[in-house]
Amino acid sequence: MSKRYSWNEFQKEIADDHYFYARSCIRQNFFPGSEQAFLNIMRNDLGKDVFEDARHTSCTGIGYHSDIVPLETIMTVVARQFALMTEAGYENLTSSCITSFGIYTEILETWKEFPETLEQTRKSLYEATGRTFEIPKNVAHTSDVIFHNREQIAEKAKLKLVNAMTGEPLRVVEHIGCHYAKIFPSKGVGGSEFPYVLAGMIESWGGEVVDYPERRHCCGFGFRNYLVQANRGYSVANSRKKFESMAPYKPDFIVCNCPGCTMFLDKWQYTLAEMEGSTYGQDNRGIPVLSYEEMAGLVLGYDPWELGMQMHQVDVEPLLDKMGVDYEPSSKYLGKKGKFIGAPKSAIVNSSPAEKYYRIKR
Amino acid sequence: MGKYYDILAQDVRLREGLKACMNCGICTGVCPAAEFYNYDPRQIIVTVQSRDDEAIEALLKSNTIWYCGECMSCRPRCPRGNTPGYVIQALRTLSQRLGFFVESEKGRQQLAIKRTIGQHILDKGYCISPKLINPQLHPEQGPVWQWIYDNDVDIFGRFTPNYGTEGAGPVREIDPETLGEIRRIFEVTGGMDMYNTIEEHSRRKAREMGFDDADDEYFMEVYRYNSNNH
Repeated sequence: MSKRYSWNEFQKEIADDHYFYARSCIRQNFFPGSEQAFLNIMRNDLGKDVFEDARHTSCTGIGYHSDIVPLETIMTVVARQFALMTEAGYENLTSSCITSFGIYTEILETWKEFPETLEQTRKSLYEATGRTFEIPKNVAHTSDVIFHNREQIAEKAKLKLVNAMTGEPLRVVEHIGCHYAKIFPSKGVGGSEFPYVLAGMIESWGGEVVDYPERRHCCGFGFRNYLVQANRGYSVANSRKKFESMAPYKPDFIVCNCPGCTMFLDKWQYTLAEMEGSTYGQDNRGIPVLSYEEMAGLVLGYDPWELGMQMHQVDVEPLLDKMGVDYEPSSKYLGKKGKFIGAPKSAIVNSSPAEKYYRIKR
Repeated sequence: MGKYYDILAQDVRLREGLKACMNCGICTGVCPAAEFYNYDPRQIIVTVQSRDDEAIEALLKSNTIWYCGECMSCRPRCPRGNTPGYVIQALRTLSQRLGFFVESEKGRQQLAIKRTIGQHILDKGYCISPKLINPQLHPEQGPVWQWIYDNDVDIFGRFTPNYGTEGAGPVREIDPETLGEIRRIFEVTGGMDMYNTIEEHSRRKAREMGFDDADDEYFMEVYRYNSNNH
């Protein structure tokens, strides 16, 4: 077996254009600017066709993985998304959510392995909605699509993932999210052993990927383990394990693939500061956590507040300053009509002075 | 012998997730839940593989099956191609269908998930929306989320003209016809039956535990109570 052939199983085919777009429950709630940035980058910077049908819905994956939504139900909801895609004349589906991406790949494989489930789904969808559907030719997570276009983005880059003062590459922790490639490794770039979807972007845009012991550990979402308040210790403990493991490598920022992971790795830094006084990051003000759309947007010169980075709990300004991003600090807290709407209460993971309220563990 | 196993085997996830386990324990080694809880997925597979009705019934009534986070880290690691996470999914589905889930502290929490995420899917077409994430129930979300929650129209309005109204874009309102289709899918495929089953057994258990009904007080109990014995 030649060396080149041995890597074939880690490659992934990603459609080049004409995508039917499916939004994410978590990303649209916590990072609406990231979803908007994906569409802007694809349509305006890269000239691609991405279609959104307002009638699409959640895949119900959070309900499925917390076991209140049966398999037959989620298969039929997913079939309805495929029906809308088929009706609009599209064959390639791109999903803004890792849970959904895992759901789509799992359902397509289930239909192949157990053809009777596909037959039943077709019947159920028709009975419930009168719709029919074709199986998509290509299913990609939106990060796959950005990865596919990473060199074109590099050509258009206004900034690199480089410290503007020292010229050194920024040190980036990447977290790909369990359901991207642990369920069906062949459907993710690099599989579950060598995930390359985010690392490829970081390298193409001038950054340095940080390797650390718990790199592939779960962020701790664990579905019911976060959704129910009594179980959230599981969730925060798993994120803590990752922070403790990555901190000695002094990352400049974390970039995540999955919207849930992005939110948890951001918010749990605040929670851990409150719970036990632990803070992470080079200046003990937290490690900024970015979505890959935000990372691509900064590289392309987008305004950080138009990317929605004011919605992060950990302040991103130290990173913006390092990269040499030209931004207006006072625009961070403007509402839709450009008026100041007030600022959030300060916390230790914000750069504004708040030390007196916290005991910083060094 | 094998009554429960035969029902479980009707679930494609059991058939896909359990071929033959050799008890190596790599699933337990890689499992985030095993690290946090007194939990051993290898032992669950041993029990299911035994086809012992008494042991499987005890499992279906236990906290044990509710610890898994369904991250599926076990799946690519099993040298025999099993997926303990899929077996857990099949066990949880059966535990709810038989009403056994209310016999454990962690199982009873299914009512809280059904009434939040589950109801939201039917009402809004998405698992969550900004107003579901009430800072009082989510103190861990921090002051920035509180600021977003208080100023949602202004903040989301920077990214979409359709916040809370119909049309394309993030956090839009889903049209009534679409919600009707989703509801019919739930009716046709057993989703609504599952919701009703969770409610029905929770009512029974709530009364048994001395609550008037599976009311708000019972909801908060299952949502918040932790015996810290896990």
